[in-house]
Amino acid sequence: MRIYFLVILLFSSFLSLSQSCDYTLSGVLTDLHDGSVLEGATLIVAGSERFVVTDFEGKFMISNLCGETYSIQVSHPFCLTKGFQVRISGDTFKAFKLEHHLQELNEITVDGKIMIKESKTLQENTIVKEELERFSSATLGDALNSLSGVSSLNTGNTIVKPMINGLHSSRVVIINNGVRMQDQEWGAEHAPNIDVNSINRLTLIKGAGALQYSGDAMGGVVIVESAKIPVKDSLYGKTLFASNSNGRGSLITSKLIKSSASGWYATLQGTFKRFGDSEAPNYVLSNTGVNQQNISVKVGLNRFDYGMNFYYSFFKNEIGISRASHLGSAQDLYRAINSDIPLVINDFTYNLSAPKQDVGHQLARLIAYKRFGFGKLSFQYDYQRNERLEFDIRRGSDRGTASLDLQLDTHSVLIDLDTNLSDNVDLKTGFMGSYQKNYAPNTGVRRLIPDYKNYDFGIYVVSDYQFNSNWLFEAGARFDLTYMDVYKFYRTSFWELRNYDENFSNLVVEELVNQVLTRPQFNYYNGSTTLGATYDFGGDYKLFLNYSIASRTPNPSELFSEGLHHSTARIEYGDLEFNSEVGHKLSLTLERINENFSFSINPFINTISDFILIEPVGINNSIRGTFPVWEYRQTNAQLLGIDFNASYVFSEDLRFNHLASIIKGYDRLQDEPLISIPAINTKNELVYFNTKIKNLRLALQSEYVFRQNEYPDTNFEIYIPQTETRELVDVSSSPNAYHLFNFNSSINFDFSEKSKLSLSFGVSNLLNKSYRNYLNRLRFYANDLGRNFLLNIKYNY
Amino acid sequence: MKKFNLLASILFTTLLFVSCSKDDDTALPEPVIEEEVITTLTATLEPAGEGTTITLQSQDLDGDGPNAPVVTVSGNLTAGAIYNGRIVLLNEMESPAEDITVEVEEEDLDHQFFYTIGSGLNVTTSYENNDSEGNPLGTEFTLVAGAASSGDLTFTLRHEPTKPNTGLDDAGGETDISVTFNLTIE
Repeated sequence: MRIYFLVILLFSSFLSLSQSCDYTLSGVLTDLHDGSVLEGATLIVAGSERFVVTDFEGKFMISNLCGETYSIQVSHPFCLTKGFQVRISGDTFKAFKLEHHLQELNEITVDGKIMIKESKTLQENTIVKEELERFSSATLGDALNSLSGVSSLNTGNTIVKPMINGLHSSRVVIINNGVRMQDQEWGAEHAPNIDVNSINRLTLIKGAGALQYSGDAMGGVVIVESAKIPVKDSLYGKTLFASNSNGRGSLITSKLIKSSASGWYATLQGTFKRFGDSEAPNYVLSNTGVNQQNISVKVGLNRFDYGMNFYYSFFKNEIGISRASHLGSAQDLYRAINSDIPLVINDFTYNLSAPKQDVGHQLARLIAYKRFGFGKLSFQYDYQRNERLEFDIRRGSDRGTASLDLQLDTHSVLIDLDTNLSDNVDLKTGFMGSYQKNYAPNTGVRRLIPDYKNYDFGIYVVSDYQFNSNWLFEAGARFDLTYMDVYKFYRTSFWELRNYDENFSNLVVEELVNQVLTRPQFNYYNGSTTLGATYDFGGDYKLFLNYSIASRTPNPSELFSEGLHHSTARIEYGDLEFNSEVGHKLSLTLERINENFSFSINPFINTISDFILIEPVGINNSIRGTFPVWEYRQTNAQLLGIDFNASYVFSEDLRFNHLASIIKGYDRLQDEPLISIPAINTKNELVYFNTKIKNLRLALQSEYVFRQNEYPDTNFEIYIPQTETRELVDVSSSPNAYHLFNFNSSINFDFSEKSKLSLSFGVSNLLNKSYRNYLNRLRFYANDLGRNFLLNIKYNY
Repeated sequence: MKKFNLLASILFTTLLFVSCSKDDDTALPEPVIEEEVITTLTATLEPAGEGTTITLQSQDLDGDGPNAPVVTVSGNLTAGAIYNGRIVLLNEMESPAEDITVEVEEEDLDHQFFYTIGSGLNVTTSYENNDSEGNPLGTEFTLVAGAASSGDLTFTLRHEPTKPNTGLDDAGGETDISVTFNLTIE
């Protein structure tokens, strides 16, 4: 509330008292439901012949008004006509809202015209359904990777983690149908558990500005939404079949929607995907297949003044991890790095064997909302269960049992209130409470993540103020309290090495042979804020300025890791003494949207204190040989960069798209570059699109990734008995720059208004280039993917 | 409105039941006793004729924990002596200690020991036991001590090696054990 008063005080200082008839009323017309702008609406000044029509951004302007009160009638083809009283005492700006009938909403979504803003002062990037369908055989991370400023941290080609402006894992929050994904996102080899085919729209916010979701999204927020359902009697659906040459894999996904004029609707969606071993240009990448299934159901009621819906999804993903990456010791790592080809190459197979992951994610959500005089109140309850099994190559009776078994249950309750304090001021506020429990059964291998319970409480308020037709201001604050209750077994030798036996002796529950059972109970208090402004130049240009402070509680992996991560043959150590990291991000975007030439340029600087990172620090000798030790540490980090997008239209059917990202990351305490920062990269695309020839679309894309020249030196030496020499294990050098070409084409056949067939054919890595990517964790062992032919057949009915 | 309320309450109640089913708050987690860890390698060198048995041992009781293995050699080899070697692997984290050699010998096709002799040390080794396909396994071996000298002897156990092979360089697989002993022949 305090913030709201502050905003009012700050911006209510314009008043005019003169009496003439040269005032202008300008404003914007939006949909009451979701804030999308309404184009082509008519505004009539009652008692006169004067009327104006809103433009494609929902804007209007009525000039030569006198200093009196006017009645303005607003009508739109799909909305109820509504009258507004406006008192004019100077040039006035008004934001009008109409209730949209949702009749055409689904089609509008397809056209990408809905602009629900999650953060009004950070530029949002969106990927709509049509584009997403090109990624139907790929992953969520691959789809996001097509946006500037997004890269991905990969483990092979099947585990793709989105990386936003250089940050990933716990620093990227994924909101799936309103639910914050709790899928053990801390691990670098844990992919988001979302089927790309269940998504209708994907929105990326590069920063922590969307405080209604979280206060710890240092990197950004990814918002995944399923389709809006129209309020009319209808039954429709689509089926898509995709086939890939590389991996010899296929996918089928289907969706059926029943809607009714009463507002009730139901949707059912399912995907089945199976891929065998992928191939690099010269060899098979053994054990890299995927077996994925997804089903989702949504039932709901959509009315203007109230509504509810229930969503359930079950995602199951079995992923093979390259056999060549499974190591026994640092000596093996040395052999792998110095070998030109993978250490293990077997014949192509669809079978998955160890090492592999088997992950199941269930999500159930119930949301209900009701509109009152003061605004829209919504209540949400969601439950998620994430079950992760990781299989390593094991011996004896343990062969075939998982090494890592984690069951993560999360319950959350959210209450949100969305009000319009006045025509120009919106206020969102809410409360979040969540309970999370991790259970790690005994697998005969020490637990990487301990059993724990986690309680979170959050409260936020975000307000925006449309000052005039040019300026919009936004301010928000959020406070989160996290309480963690953990049962963790420490190896006695480690407990003593870290002096925990002196500093944390109060945590000890029980001392066993070689092990200590401890119960850390920690509280974290995190505050986050956002302040921003948007300036609309009135023409094609718009400027976004945002400053956000985000705070993130260390995750269980950062705090409690202690021991050998078998599949990667490295020892990982966390630190009990970590505190929350705090990031300050300043971001500026200049955007030009024009029919012929559009661009956006987005410089940013993100300064993070107590930034937690993991990197190799040395070696540890054991009877199995030498292991590299990777330790988490806290430092002060700074990330700076520029994201650039441009699109130029040569003629009606030919366009050129350009995308580039430059990012630099530094450790300010050790004065060295940060590890795993994306190299400079650029994508250029020539697209031919002809609506006269059945929407024929041909696209040729070039993707150039530079060599990462700045990385910390984390190499270490090991002893090789055969040669009796000490050898350097080069784990820090980056691979060479590479240039890939991709081709994509599609054509649509409309049999009737409802029944449509689209065919698409594409080739990725057209020249079958051998390359390795710095951000792929398997770059030490094998080349990346070779050429892939892709065929998609989609039928809408 | 009634329909909506009814549906909402049914769904919500179901969710609550689903969510509260598996909570046992009081139980402490079960300690994990690592089953596959090899903490101890003992190689006994028993002279074929007269002489003392030499024991080589590498013991790492915290497994892959921060403590380094304790490596001991009971004495010096005698020049010209022939030794019957036997390797025993133990997991001493379990109580009683588990003999991992049994597992290695059962899965003989998936395992092979290699003996790497440092340049200074004048010894020769040969395999004394094979897997079921007649390729070397190496938990038993013969060591012949040459002239007085000293240097390193390394035992390497590879899991899933390429068999047959000509040595560590083309054996592939993963390293399960790599232990180096400094020996002296007098």
